[in-house]
Amino acid sequence: MTQFTPLASLIGGAMIGLSAVLLMLWEGRIAGISTIAGRLLPPYLDGAFVSRLGFVAGLVAAPFLVMAVTGSPVQQTVSGNLPLMLAAGLLVGFGSEWGNGCTSGHGVCGLSRLSARSIVATAVFMTVAIVTVFVTRHVIGG
Amino acid sequence: MSFLVNLALGLLFGVGLVVSGMSDPAKVLNFLDLAGAWDPSLAFVMGGAVLVAFFGYRVVLKRDRPLASPTFHVPARKDIDARIFVGPAIFGLGWGLGGFCPGPALTALGLGQSGTLVFVPAMFAGMWGARRLADGGYAARTA
Repeated sequence: MTQFTPLASLIGGAMIGLSAVLLMLWEGRIAGISTIAGRLLPPYLDGAFVSRLGFVAGLVAAPFLVMAVTGSPVQQTVSGNLPLMLAAGLLVGFGSEWGNGCTSGHGVCGLSRLSARSIVATAVFMTVAIVTVFVTRHVIGG
Repeated sequence: MSFLVNLALGLLFGVGLVVSGMSDPAKVLNFLDLAGAWDPSLAFVMGGAVLVAFFGYRVVLKRDRPLASPTFHVPARKDIDARIFVGPAIFGLGWGLGGFCPGPALTALGLGQSGTLVFVPAMFAGMWGARRLADGGYAARTA
């Protein structure tokens, strides 16, 4: 069980949205993390490498800022099943690149722009993820 | 300058992921587990983010140009091709298995859990593989 945290989730979500809006204001780009992270790999076709490196550095530093401010550790339960996490990482990386985006690029930014492609993408990954969890927890794991 | 602005925006985004609970795979998997220990919190993350971005984008995109670039780089594609189904389906499978999508995985990196340390390099390898497989297409759509 995890605790239902509507207020913290709403506030955190609003921060994510604000970051996306400010990135659009600053350099006119979508705050899609799979694209920002994926373009740290070559080939470099636009001049935004340094910007992307900064954004990713901020993401990596974020939990340490939260821990410094709150003085308590960040709650996180990651599976220790390493073959599973290897497969999950490969699938997430491949799929987000193949579909031009992930939860942030399609889910947050794309839905906010009412992009048809992002609406399709979000519906597909939500559905598949829900089915995947149902199968692993209630069919296989049940 | 752009590095520092992006660092600050990445921090804001990442703090949002941590505060919202999205950076915890257990919470993500419980959100996806409609038939089990369902935790609806993450609907509020999506709701909060989309609400702010929906109205914020409308204000920002009225400008002629962004502050630090001559033009907006907003995806213009509207075609619904096979890749927009296949890619997210593969992504959703991985998301449902591990509970990580790219942003939360990166915020988890410094916390150094073994699952994260395997997931993140695998994610980059997957991106690289997809890029290689679609080489021509990649060059065309980022040109």
